[in-house]
Amino acid sequence: MKKKLVLIGNGMAGINTLEQLLKLAPEKYDITVLGSEPHPNYNRILLSSVLAGDASVQDIVINDLDWYRDNGITLHTSQTVTRINTELRTVTTNKGLSVSYDDLIIATGSLPFMLPLPGADKEGVIAFRNIEDCEIMMDAAKQYKHAVVIGGGLLGLEAARSLLNLDMGVSVVHNSKYLMDRQLDEIASNMLRSELESQGMNFLMEQNTDSILGDERVTGVRFKDGSEVKADLVVMAVGIRPNVGLAKESGIEVNSGIVVNDYLETGTPHIYAVGECAEHEGVVYGLVAPLFEQGGELAKRLAGIPSPGYKGSVVSTKLKVSGVNVFSAGQFLDQPGTRSFRIQDDFDHVYKKIVVQDGKLIGTVLFGDTSDGSKLFSMIRTGQDISGQEKELVLGSQGTAKPQSGIQFVAAMSNDEIVCGCNGVSKGDIQRAIEEKGCTNVNDVKYCTKATGSCGGCKPLVEDLLTYVLGSDGVTEVKEGICGCTPLGREAVVEAIRSMKLTTSKEVMHVLDWKNPEGCSKCRPAVNYYLGMIWPVEHEDEKESRFVNERNHGNIQKDGTYSVIPRIHGGVTTAKDLKRIADVAVKFNVETVKITGAQRIGLYGIQKEDLPKVWEELDMTSGFAYGKSLRAVKTCVGSTWCRFGTQDSMSMGIELEKRLERISTPAKTKVAVSGCPRNCAEATIKDLGVVAIDGGWEIYVGGNGGTDVRAAELLVKLKSEAEVIEWTLAYFQLYRENANYNERTSKWIERVGLEFIKRALASQEERRALQQRYEFSAGLTSDPWTEIIEQERLNKNYEPLQPIRM
Amino acid sequence: MKSYVIGQASEIEEKRARVVRILDTEIAIFKLTGGELRAIENLCPHKNGKLSEGLVCDHHVYCPLHDWKINLNDGMVQAPDEGCVKSYHVEVEESTDNIILHVETMEPTRAS
Ligand SMILES: Cc1cc2nc3c(=O)[nH]c(=O)nc-3n(C[C@H](O)[C@H](O)[C@H](O)COP(=O)(O)OP(=O)(O)OC[C@H]3O[C@@H](n4cnc5c(N)ncnc54)[C@H](O)[C@@H]3O)c2cc1C
Ligand code: SF4
Ligand code: FES
Repeated sequence: MKKKLVLIGNGMAGINTLEQLLKLAPEKYDITVLGSEPHPNYNRILLSSVLAGDASVQDIVINDLDWYRDNGITLHTSQTVTRINTELRTVTTNKGLSVSYDDLIIATGSLPFMLPLPGADKEGVIAFRNIEDCEIMMDAAKQYKHAVVIGGGLLGLEAARSLLNLDMGVSVVHNSKYLMDRQLDEIASNMLRSELESQGMNFLMEQNTDSILGDERVTGVRFKDGSEVKADLVVMAVGIRPNVGLAKESGIEVNSGIVVNDYLETGTPHIYAVGECAEHEGVVYGLVAPLFEQGGELAKRLAGIPSPGYKGSVVSTKLKVSGVNVFSAGQFLDQPGTRSFRIQDDFDHVYKKIVVQDGKLIGTVLFGDTSDGSKLFSMIRTGQDISGQEKELVLGSQGTAKPQSGIQFVAAMSNDEIVCGCNGVSKGDIQRAIEEKGCTNVNDVKYCTKATGSCGGCKPLVEDLLTYVLGSDGVTEVKEGICGCTPLGREAVVEAIRSMKLTTSKEVMHVLDWKNPEGCSKCRPAVNYYLGMIWPVEHEDEKESRFVNERNHGNIQKDGTYSVIPRIHGGVTTAKDLKRIADVAVKFNVETVKITGAQRIGLYGIQKEDLPKVWEELDMTSGFAYGKSLRAVKTCVGSTWCRFGTQDSMSMGIELEKRLERISTPAKTKVAVSGCPRNCAEATIKDLGVVAIDGGWEIYVGGNGGTDVRAAELLVKLKSEAEVIEWTLAYFQLYRENANYNERTSKWIERVGLEFIKRALASQEERRALQQRYEFSAGLTSDPWTEIIEQERLNKNYEPLQPIRM
Repeated sequence: MKSYVIGQASEIEEKRARVVRILDTEIAIFKLTGGELRAIENLCPHKNGKLSEGLVCDHHVYCPLHDWKINLNDGMVQAPDEGCVKSYHVEVEESTDNIILHVETMEPTRAS
């Protein structure tokens, strides 16, 4: 029988421990998690992004409910454990749930420290710790204007910055003379303050809070010196204390945190503690990187893997506030026996300091340029001798002589050393992603491992690791962005849309930090396409992001008039339809009537305001005949009339056109069907061509007759019509999901290779799945002409405003 | 300088444009995100593209014919292309939602 493992606290440290344990010993335990919060495990670090409106709560979930299910973990949310019976080995919650354990992990994190001020219980006075706090602040920002943040540390400043983003006026109250005085020295602290002041933050320094004013809701804050400041929201960010109440009451040894040894064992058998609630060698940590290191050790312990145990951590701090780069690590204040080296450049607002003891780097503070932060941090942790390199280290990347190169440096790191502290990604994880998953640049690594995903401080190390593993030739340029507005390529954008469930262009551009807030003519249509392809239901098509042809459902000509091309499925029409087309052409003075290159009839020279009328009178479908979608299916007469024809190419063409029309594709697409290998429909220069052979069909793909002529390649030979449809739809869906926006199939196939397509379509199961996704999306389209004719509101966009007479 | 009421702001969708004709001149009235309006002549200096049909990104429009980028605030064509489009002063009267366009007196000269 499996042993029972219970985790109290569904937070970052506890779940990280489970993640690591599952990698080491997936079958060893039946796991139950009990957590007070109603949410699955989320990234607490990114709460300030949620507050700033850069991410939604959904976006910061690390492990969603499926993760628990997939790993066989029983999760009880909104359950606070109130008692641990160490004799019977059970835990009981406030709602009466009782669970027994063989091994127990306590990971209850910490509680925000609330100053015991008179009035601190008023409405509008809160801490900044969890999603609920965030929601309260966001609601408050909608109604109120004045926020006061008590505490000028890391958390306080992040909260203050986010509240500025929410359009609140923000004052930060700090009791000492320097902001972030536990992480920065005087110089850096002053630089930080003036930077934040220029962003609009107001500081009340060396102030001690006396009381909180107001009746029900807070209206202001009074200080010891008698002065007051207006406030409708007070955020206390003055510190945290380990959440040890439960452990204490259950008789587990507690000092300031729950006391643990190098193996994260508490004084009570079978009970472990990890995270902010734990105290190791007298130290309680309040940042994730050390907690993840603890998690790794605990996972090994539980999995029964021998290890030297946890030896404590050196911590580094990075402020996640836009426009300000601050980094500090280790022991950065001058003390007897230490020497420090610094440069200060007040022109560029750069300050760097390193602290050295006995020839070893023991601490650093960087302001303005933090690019060397992670490297210096690692040197601090490994404790190597840096004598003689001080100058180069301070001058950093600007220095002349090269100290130990970044590559040598990452080579010397141990495999389980954490590179990305925010997401707990070790050197080994990244190296595996490079070696096994084929990552060749930072973006790839980010999407495989999450490293560099949160604060980005570890990016230089990841770059060095890539070079170390692949050699400088093996590292690819970060794929060129889809346009000048972003360095992200298609893969990254599409992946972000999927994983963060982004459903509007605005969200995409905001969350992914687009350079131009509303994008440009390249990315707007592309993003709109990707969104529609990924979320056919949720995404509302953005007309204002569509190129004029697609927006007006006609092809704009060089003089600003339009051409209208009614659909003639498979190139087969009737005398009645022809007559109607002719009537419309006469009535609207159409200048040119032309049989196009693809068996269609085009009416040229129509004024924009006449478009709706023309469509109404034509009463045929066509929308999408000019867009990035199927243009036409060309056919020969096939077995119906031709003496050589072996199959009915016309009905096959009509059927295909009906199935393929309307839906958006990355670029325009053309299809043809020929009734025998003579191939009169020229099917082998189309995006997809079907050619009848004796007793079956051949499908050709990737052809093009335009500027870059390319003969299509044989994809497959098939027996039945049903199979032709199945393969065709699956192929188009694969193209829709896989190609870059604006990439014709011929280019796409050259890029990914025919083999890739053959493999992707090889199994019938996969084909059916693709076909289903295709049909699902196609089923949601409608004919825009009908819609516009019926809706006055849409119709008016075709008319000019009233002309002015002078 | 004369001022004309040419319609209502609600008749234009955000990031879209409508056109008003004054004698032979077509003027495109754009609505930016947030509701502000801009007016420029509906004629791209490159090959006469109808700017009213272009993609609007913040205060720029991309010509639908060959993708020139034009600043709607001052009508300047953005690098690497060069040129400029005539721009007009346009505003919305809050109380009535009327669009008011200010134009100098025009002569019916140009053929459109
Ligand atoms: C706004 C904000 C920004 C931060 N930014 C950074 C940063 O940039 N870098 C960094 O390294 N760190 C940052 N931190 C700190 C980091 O989030 C914490 O160090 C980390 O989350 C601690 O993990 P933990 O598992 O120990 O505690 P938590 O993540 O707090 O998890 C503890 C969980 O236990 C639950 N719990 C408590 N008691 C019980 C009980 N009796 N029964 C059941 N469940 C219980 C709690 O509800 C909570 O969900 C930030 C924190 C905040 C709040
Ligand atoms: S392709 Fe074959 S069937 Fe079709 S028209 Fe040409 S010869 Fe006839
Ligand atoms: S006509 Fe405007 S870009 Fe060519």
